[in-house]
Amino acid sequence: MKNFLIKNIRIIEPETNTDIVSDILVQNGIITLIESNITPPEQVSVIDLSDKWLLPGLVDIHVHLREPGEEYKETIESGVKCAASGGFVAIACMPNTKPVNDSSSITRFIIDKSKNFKGAKVYPVAAITKSQKGEELTEFGDIKDAGAVAFSDDGKWLSDPFMMRSALEYARVLNALIISHAEDSRICPGGVMNEGETATILGLRAIPNATEDMAVFRDVCIAELTGARLHIAHISTKGSVDIIRNAKKKGINVTCEVAPHHFSLTEKNCLGYNTNAKMNPPLRTEQDRMAIIEGMKDGTIDAVATDHAPHSVLEKNLEFEKASNGIIGLPTAVALFLNLIREYSFSPSDMAKLMSKNPAKIINIPIRLIKKGEKANFTIIDPELEWEVTKENILSKSFNTPFLGKTLKGKALMTVVDGFLVYDYLNLSANS
Amino acid sequence: MQNPSFKHLLGIEHLSCEEIELILQTTDSMKEITQRSIKKVPTLKGKTVINLFFEPSTRTKLSFEIAAKRLSADTIGFSSATSSLSKGENLLDTVKNCEAMLPDVIVIRHPCSGASHFVSQHINCSVINAGDGINQHPTQALLDIFTIKERINDLKGIKIAIIGDIKHSRVAHSDIMLFTKMGANVFVSGPGFLMNPFISVLGAKICDKIEDAICDADVIILLRIQKERFGNGVIPSEREYAMLYGINMNRIKSAKENVIVMHPGPVNWGVELSPDIMDYNNNIILDQVTNGVALRMALLYILSNQGERE
Repeated sequence: MKNFLIKNIRIIEPETNTDIVSDILVQNGIITLIESNITPPEQVSVIDLSDKWLLPGLVDIHVHLREPGEEYKETIESGVKCAASGGFVAIACMPNTKPVNDSSSITRFIIDKSKNFKGAKVYPVAAITKSQKGEELTEFGDIKDAGAVAFSDDGKWLSDPFMMRSALEYARVLNALIISHAEDSRICPGGVMNEGETATILGLRAIPNATEDMAVFRDVCIAELTGARLHIAHISTKGSVDIIRNAKKKGINVTCEVAPHHFSLTEKNCLGYNTNAKMNPPLRTEQDRMAIIEGMKDGTIDAVATDHAPHSVLEKNLEFEKASNGIIGLPTAVALFLNLIREYSFSPSDMAKLMSKNPAKIINIPIRLIKKGEKANFTIIDPELEWEVTKENILSKSFNTPFLGKTLKGKALMTVVDGFLVYDYLNLSANS
Repeated sequence: MQNPSFKHLLGIEHLSCEEIELILQTTDSMKEITQRSIKKVPTLKGKTVINLFFEPSTRTKLSFEIAAKRLSADTIGFSSATSSLSKGENLLDTVKNCEAMLPDVIVIRHPCSGASHFVSQHINCSVINAGDGINQHPTQALLDIFTIKERINDLKGIKIAIIGDIKHSRVAHSDIMLFTKMGANVFVSGPGFLMNPFISVLGAKICDKIEDAICDADVIILLRIQKERFGNGVIPSEREYAMLYGINMNRIKSAKENVIVMHPGPVNWGVELSPDIMDYNNNIILDQVTNGVALRMALLYILSNQGERE
């Protein structure tokens, strides 16, 4: 469906300070008109979407597709479809596949394969070091030419400061982005959840905030030293927010993201040894959660990224200590951000910035713009729809989420990528 | 006897004061049996108890086996080194296979915290936690309180000091919860890196100085340094540990007269306990071991009856 007219929808486009209720006409995949009371041309489907929102297509810069290597958890196909169902038009996928994406050939494989499927566009992130071992840098130049948008050793922090310095120095000249998963776990061997009262009640080895704070601080220092661009993945602590806020004040070239679970949940979700609340960095305290929300408000935190991490029952239905880290995040991110709008007075425009504009700018891909003459790349959201998260409506191959069986409010209804409708929750296009 | 509402014994937090009383009363009856010349009764004849020990154990494993045998239950042991675990079978599969052989009670010791809790959610027979990682060891806490009550009937307001590796001790965790539930005041002390600053959430007060914990104490419980749980290198020497945190006859002078000295075992004599405590008349470490059998008989009896009721 490349020709359609949407009536009476609230259009949000922060780049042009737009927040209006209007009609929007898409012809041959291009936005051709945005104004009230558009008369439908011949052979154009008309959909009335009063009380729904139209945002520039959402972008998630932290997703784990499990292909190649662990296709039983997620494939490129299931991943891009799941992303579309969450309202995402583009995703960046992390390199911790099997084998690790540390070469131009694996980067090309991921991009080429993703083009076969109707869903979000895929932008690979490659490893900083070969096999993520922290010993030898990968071929940034070659891999970037193949289409990688950033470099990250993902779950493995580059603990050797000389390697991190070298990576940032090399990246600066090539204008490549380094993403750091900043945690120095050497301070807490065997830690599996946040250090505090809940870990004491559960008798679990724990991970203090300092694990993250000191790694973020070191990374920021090396970013300042080298002048390179640095992006810190999924921050979880009040300390990280403070360190990055100060770094930005000093003009250091650093950005950061937060995962929806870190602004929505706390360590208490681990009670009952719930392995669907086990992730790295761990769920923290209410104090950290509030500091993160504050950081999102004042611009310290640039983007929301889901850290979508599919795992099967084989990795999750285990003793808490043995279970793998991570939860899927693509299907629920929109609903969780809508909670912030309802409870902490964020605006739909904030949502467009944190979930579309800023993430696109961080990985330097074209921003999705709602404007006459632009390709249609947008997400339609029903902010009021109450829906239960079920195995049927999760399009991932994995169901590891603490929200399974829960009712959430707000959902992506339609996702349009380059003029193509790639997701249509209520099958509205068929009924028009 | 009234039926308790619990089906498993996973941790102290799930027990009400009434249920604790019931367990202790039943233990009293069982202790009487263990003092007879013929120490076996037919009570649990035809019942099956499987002991799954995924971690080395001497005392607890023997204690559970003897307890089951004295009640005429069939008991089968299991050691992780010789099982399918070495073939890559996971815990849940192992336990489900055991359950398929229709036991009445499964006793589990496992190196992962929460392991017995996890298992209990997936099987129907009763589960007893015989120690899970650094989390809890509820049968030890129950036998500890039974042993204390033989000397001090009312725990309300008494001072109990627990000294040593608080951070990695499942015994300490269960003891603190149970003692505070029964009204005792619990003070903990030990080297900084073996202390958990959040332990107060379980009800204990932290003393930086061991003297503050021991002063006027009614009971002192020592813990072993569990090097296997935190690695080498952080304890400078056993000599210094003994000097700073070891208990000897001189040090217990500041406690109440006739202070009770306890230890869950195994004891490293010369480290946490000076050999001069061996002959101290209120050293009741072996009473703990004796009572452990009676306590576990009581639990097997209560939980096996539970199965009958359903």
